[in-house]
Amino acid sequence: MRRLRTEERISLDLSPFQSRELVERAAALLRRIAPKEELRFMHVCGTHENVVTRYGIRSLLPPQIRVVAGPGCPVCVTCPAEIDSAIQIARKHATLFTYGDMFGVPGSSISLRDARGEGARVKVVYSMADAIGMANPVAGPSVFFSIGFETTAPITASVIRSGVPKDFAFIVSHRLIPPALVALLDSGKVEMDGVICPGHVSTIIGTHPYDVLAKEFGVPVVISGFEPLDIVLSLVELVKQHKRGARVFNEYSRSVKPEGNPRARRLIDEVFETCDMDWRGIGTLPSSGLRLREEFSDLDALKKYRIRVRRDDRMPTGCKCSDVLLGSLSPTQCPLFGSRCTPDSPVGPCMVSSEGTCRTWFLHGGQDS
Amino acid sequence: MKTRQPKRDTVTIEQGSGGSAMMKLISDVVLKNVTRWGRGGVTLRDLDDSGSIVSGDLEIVLTTDAHTVKPPFFPGGNIGTLAAAGTINDIAVMGVRPLAISSSLVIEEGFKRADLSAIISSMNEVLEEVGADLITGDTKVVEKGDLDGIIITTSGIGVTPRGKIVRDSGLRPGDKIILSGSVGDHGMAVLSVREGLDFELKTKSDVGPVWEVVSAAMSVGRVTAMKDPTRGGLANTLNELATKSGVGIEIVEEQIPVKPDVASAAEMLGVDPYAVTNEGKVVMGVRSRDAEDVLSSVRATRRGREAVVIGTVVKEHPGEVVLHTRVGGRRLMEPPIGDPAPRIC
Repeated sequence: MRRLRTEERISLDLSPFQSRELVERAAALLRRIAPKEELRFMHVCGTHENVVTRYGIRSLLPPQIRVVAGPGCPVCVTCPAEIDSAIQIARKHATLFTYGDMFGVPGSSISLRDARGEGARVKVVYSMADAIGMANPVAGPSVFFSIGFETTAPITASVIRSGVPKDFAFIVSHRLIPPALVALLDSGKVEMDGVICPGHVSTIIGTHPYDVLAKEFGVPVVISGFEPLDIVLSLVELVKQHKRGARVFNEYSRSVKPEGNPRARRLIDEVFETCDMDWRGIGTLPSSGLRLREEFSDLDALKKYRIRVRRDDRMPTGCKCSDVLLGSLSPTQCPLFGSRCTPDSPVGPCMVSSEGTCRTWFLHGGQDS
Repeated sequence: MKTRQPKRDTVTIEQGSGGSAMMKLISDVVLKNVTRWGRGGVTLRDLDDSGSIVSGDLEIVLTTDAHTVKPPFFPGGNIGTLAAAGTINDIAVMGVRPLAISSSLVIEEGFKRADLSAIISSMNEVLEEVGADLITGDTKVVEKGDLDGIIITTSGIGVTPRGKIVRDSGLRPGDKIILSGSVGDHGMAVLSVREGLDFELKTKSDVGPVWEVVSAAMSVGRVTAMKDPTRGGLANTLNELATKSGVGIEIVEEQIPVKPDVASAAEMLGVDPYAVTNEGKVVMGVRSRDAEDVLSSVRATRRGREAVVIGTVVKEHPGEVVLHTRVGGRRLMEPPIGDPAPRIC
């Protein structure tokens, strides 16, 4: 959960993972073992992109090693139709609670922020616990816009299991990482020489769901932590696998266990079932989403307020976010980047979320490696 | 698919957060409609911390600032400390001694008298520290619900010999950049007690007057440019200094002091500590040969004990701030857009 325990964080010594000397040594090793041909390694996590860019990691890599950002930002892959539904609910039916990232993302025409400016009831929260705390059934019904991957799904599930306040419902927009990776590789839509898997997601699901990537698709896999040394060591591992054969390597073993977190997985299972899901700019990916099980369907805001979600994964005109999400285009190769599309006036979703690749590049001056 | 651009016929919350969104609002709406923006001294169009008019051999410096903060009381201060220090600092970073301020209170019906009293006495403490006076004011009360608590608008004034003002556009290649202490303290302290978030932060807001720091620096060396890194944080301030001076700035990240609990909380919230507000710090450019003297003089002051040289001014990449990261990488340090939004995973 997002309750902060700073004391705990301080007691966990991460300084070796941020050590310049160790990072430089790892980067030197990478330069030594990197083959001549270009290798594209994809990560699927907004926080990874943030670390890569914030620490200027790309400037440390040999030019043939390219780190590209895949569809790892939950806000960026949420479809316009889902945002439109949230806006509709906030306008007509209930107070809508949302994470700050989602607030400015354009739906098919406007964002939740624009809707609030026009009078819709939208509140930004830092966690679902806060939404529950702030919900006031006397003042009217509440709806939580529940987005995110396997990391946030157990929190939603746990709240639902322990009982939600009166007149509180959910828009469930949770998506799953491994099925999406499999579907993308299967479709041939992405080309990559290795994948950096998200540490936080893996803390929940463990290492086994990625086995299929290495075994069936022969794609090198590393589960990585979130410090600069984690990233560079993960790249070293991927280059080694590229030479010796693909496997699933857990670089983030200080946090990820092979079996993950069984309790969290059980919670997800008890409350949700998998379903096909539309990913913004990518299309429908089989079994890549979660929906509430029948017994909890009275908590489904879309059913409660009879909102129809039309299937829709289209992108705004000229927007290349789908190519950016698939790692086939760098943000700066999009003609709208920095001109028509900026963080204060975003066209595509990747420019909105603090996890979005375009926004990260715009703010932290990302560049091609 | 037809997509209309989000409506821009209303003012958005991001446009009040001190970043580039706000600058755009100011230039599109404010500057466009003003024809008398001053002459001779520092004008409205300069968008400096204060403006000035020239009168004989003297230059009179004036600034104004409206203060709202949620919640009005936070660890390390309250809206009164903020209102007095904020305005005094905008005068101080022009290199001018703050002489007096005015204070205009807009209070929501039902506001506690004891709180108001505490707020006013906090303003007075700041005035005592710098030896400035509160010489005029105004008080309005609005109906409950028309306002969330209290808004305080202060104006400040100072006088200096003509031409002695320190601008935010005077950096020259070779200058050293000095930062007077740790960044992120105020922003994270306020965030820590904001509705919906509760976490323990040992660090309190750094809110307070910086005149002592400024005068210590100017008494021993040549300060070429100065700003206080308030809204938009260090990142915004450095970019403004670079852009307005037409120079590049190279910053060494390891030199930027960030308190461990501030860094840790920022990391967990996904907030950039270089982009959050400070209320008691100064960023200054000084001639390279004076840097050591200025640094030791600043370090002898109460609010400048942790002062450090964080970077150098270069003629390359004008308008850009390059950060040499802790792990040896390089990246641009861009100004933030709006208030930092926490990441969700």
